[in-house]
Amino acid sequence: MTLMRNPIKKAILLSVMAASMTSISAYAVEVNFVSGAVGKDIEVFKELVKPWEKETGNTVKVVPMPSSTTDQFAQYRLWLSAGNADVDVYQTDVIWAPQLADNFVDLTEAAKDVIKDHFPSIVESQTVNGKLVAMPLFTDAPALYYRKDLLEKHKLSVPKTWEELTETAKKVQDAERAEGSKDLWGFVWQGNAYEGLTCNALEWVKSFGGGQIVEPDGKISINNPKAVAALDLAKSWVNNISPPGVLSYGEEEARGVWQTGNAVFMRNWPYAYGLGEAADSKVKGKFDVTTLPMGGGNDKSAATLGGWNLAVSKYAKNKDAAIALVKFLASKETQKQNALIGSKLPTIMSLYDDADIKEKQPIIPRWKDVFLQAVPRPSAPTKVKYNEVSSKFWSAVHETLSGKGTAAENLEVLEADLTELQGKGW
Amino acid sequence: MNPSHVVSSSGKAELQAQRIRAAMLFLIPMIAALVLVAAYPLFRSIYFSFTDTSLSNLYGGQWIGFDNYLSWRTLPSGKTIFRGTLVDPAWWNAVWNTVRFAFVSVTLEATLGMIVALVLNAEFRGRGLVRAAILIPWAIPTIVSAKMWSWMLNDQFGIINNILMKLGIISQKIAWTASVDTAMFAVLIVDIWKTTPFMALLCLAGLQMVPKDVYEASKIDGIHPVKVFFKITLPLVKPALMVAIIFRMLDALRIFDLIYVLTPNSSTTKTMSIISRENMIEFDKFAYGSAQSTLLFTFIALFVILYIWLGKVDLSGDNK
Repeated sequence: MTLMRNPIKKAILLSVMAASMTSISAYAVEVNFVSGAVGKDIEVFKELVKPWEKETGNTVKVVPMPSSTTDQFAQYRLWLSAGNADVDVYQTDVIWAPQLADNFVDLTEAAKDVIKDHFPSIVESQTVNGKLVAMPLFTDAPALYYRKDLLEKHKLSVPKTWEELTETAKKVQDAERAEGSKDLWGFVWQGNAYEGLTCNALEWVKSFGGGQIVEPDGKISINNPKAVAALDLAKSWVNNISPPGVLSYGEEEARGVWQTGNAVFMRNWPYAYGLGEAADSKVKGKFDVTTLPMGGGNDKSAATLGGWNLAVSKYAKNKDAAIALVKFLASKETQKQNALIGSKLPTIMSLYDDADIKEKQPIIPRWKDVFLQAVPRPSAPTKVKYNEVSSKFWSAVHETLSGKGTAAENLEVLEADLTELQGKGW
Repeated sequence: MNPSHVVSSSGKAELQAQRIRAAMLFLIPMIAALVLVAAYPLFRSIYFSFTDTSLSNLYGGQWIGFDNYLSWRTLPSGKTIFRGTLVDPAWWNAVWNTVRFAFVSVTLEATLGMIVALVLNAEFRGRGLVRAAILIPWAIPTIVSAKMWSWMLNDQFGIINNILMKLGIISQKIAWTASVDTAMFAVLIVDIWKTTPFMALLCLAGLQMVPKDVYEASKIDGIHPVKVFFKITLPLVKPALMVAIIFRMLDALRIFDLIYVLTPNSSTTKTMSIISRENMIEFDKFAYGSAQSTLLFTFIALFVILYIWLGKVDLSGDNK
């Protein structure tokens, strides 16, 4: 095994040396940036990096990846385990830091002047054992999108609870279908068996007062009557107010139904706002957003904390340029641009009071409170086992929604599985 | 005795030995390549399955024996708990899915492939063109065809639902890949669409080996075409068909790409390859996933041995 090890170490050493040499001689370099993409992310990104490319003479090559965070993670883990030197900068999900920390460069030193401008909770989520694994690029908290034209038409108010949403969606859907909109559905969300379902279901459970799967102290809390009630309600949506195909929807599929005008409500991330207001959108000017509902008599709604960050690979060829790029992308100016053209929520606190953003993206200042109360997924307490925890959770939820066992049965099994997975400790 | 004969006899042995040496010499590159690309990864993977290797620590795994396959310990309360792949319900679910998928898809593909081959074996105008055209599904990369079908099977925008609705066959849009009842069905449709041409081609090759005069004789005797098929055609193409089936079976038992694109993460379609990859990469249980791939390898190996033995399949090619 030592035979295998040494060449890799050597290769890393060489690439580090090469990286430092190129930066000294100030040659223009190409920085490879890999990122998943929804909507027009890639176009927006190319726009964002233009000033940096012009200023430094370097070029940024974007490697687009599938939009599913689960698929991205699998690929990145393989690349990083193999010490792939082709990718310099990774766009990482908020939940990945503990699992991939060893493969990324510590950015503490590089970011020490600017990091205090960012929301502390986000910075904390990207800090593992005192090492700043990634710099925040934008944050995410989902919203309830609703069709204000349809609600006005049927004289209904914006639902505050999941129960009201169920009722309102059903009423509008039935009335509109009777008038000939046969393809209209009440509520679309992300029900495919992947990380997105974990986000959706965590919101239902948490907003019913049923905890957050695994609590910050590591205690497994998912098997409780409130969580069961939440999943039971969600089960009632499928094939009632939500199309049966919702069980294979990710963000983009849900947005597809919504943006063609075929849904009354949608649960989605803020990126769908800008796209919904685009010229080719059938719902342009007809919708608005609000916080996600609460349920089961609980008085607090819940939104899963999402968001993406930028990490520099330990195996990168052009480390200095990569770090410079990351600092540029996470800077106030770039985040402002990203907010204006990509409707992405900034991670820099002061931008929520920015006049331009207020004018062009009115959703963003309104989102500050939502996201300040956002629920983190249990990636911190479950550490490297988070993916398996999440997979077990979304599988249990997916099975419940598709009618394989009741919520109560599946959550009981889930609790047993998680306890076993936890073993002596996470 | 003719002296020259004696010389030639010892010379013959010499020549034989020389030939063997030359053959070995020519074989070395191939053997080396096989060891490098097949044997080494295989045994490495089997080795990993007996360690506690993880992706983040690929070279530091410790030997833990059969624990990834099966281990047990007795709790203080006297209850014995079992761990490992062999008692993992997710694994057995995947085994069952794989077997079900392989059996149904290969049966249907063989039947349909045979029918298509019979049609293509007939003389008609433009036969060459049809033969080439029918191979198109096979020529499309699986990822592309899977993605294409996933849009066609989409419940809201998909063309399949659209056509079926317009024809009045279904009254409500079906969520093909999402519903647990139809997910496996959807995967089967796509796989059959994709690989029937391959089966047809192999069957066609077999059909063309059948001598024409046998058919002429049966025609003169006035035998019913159905009887001709079962008594003459089928027995004669059987060797080719058996080989085609085993090729397809090996492919079907390790199905991965189609399901990974079409219905990832759905427990009703998760196969052995899918679950092993999931453990290796997503869950950072590299060794556990290796144990599952090793089991998959064993499973396929056993199946092939059994198939060849029971079906008396002749893979060497020299008919006796």
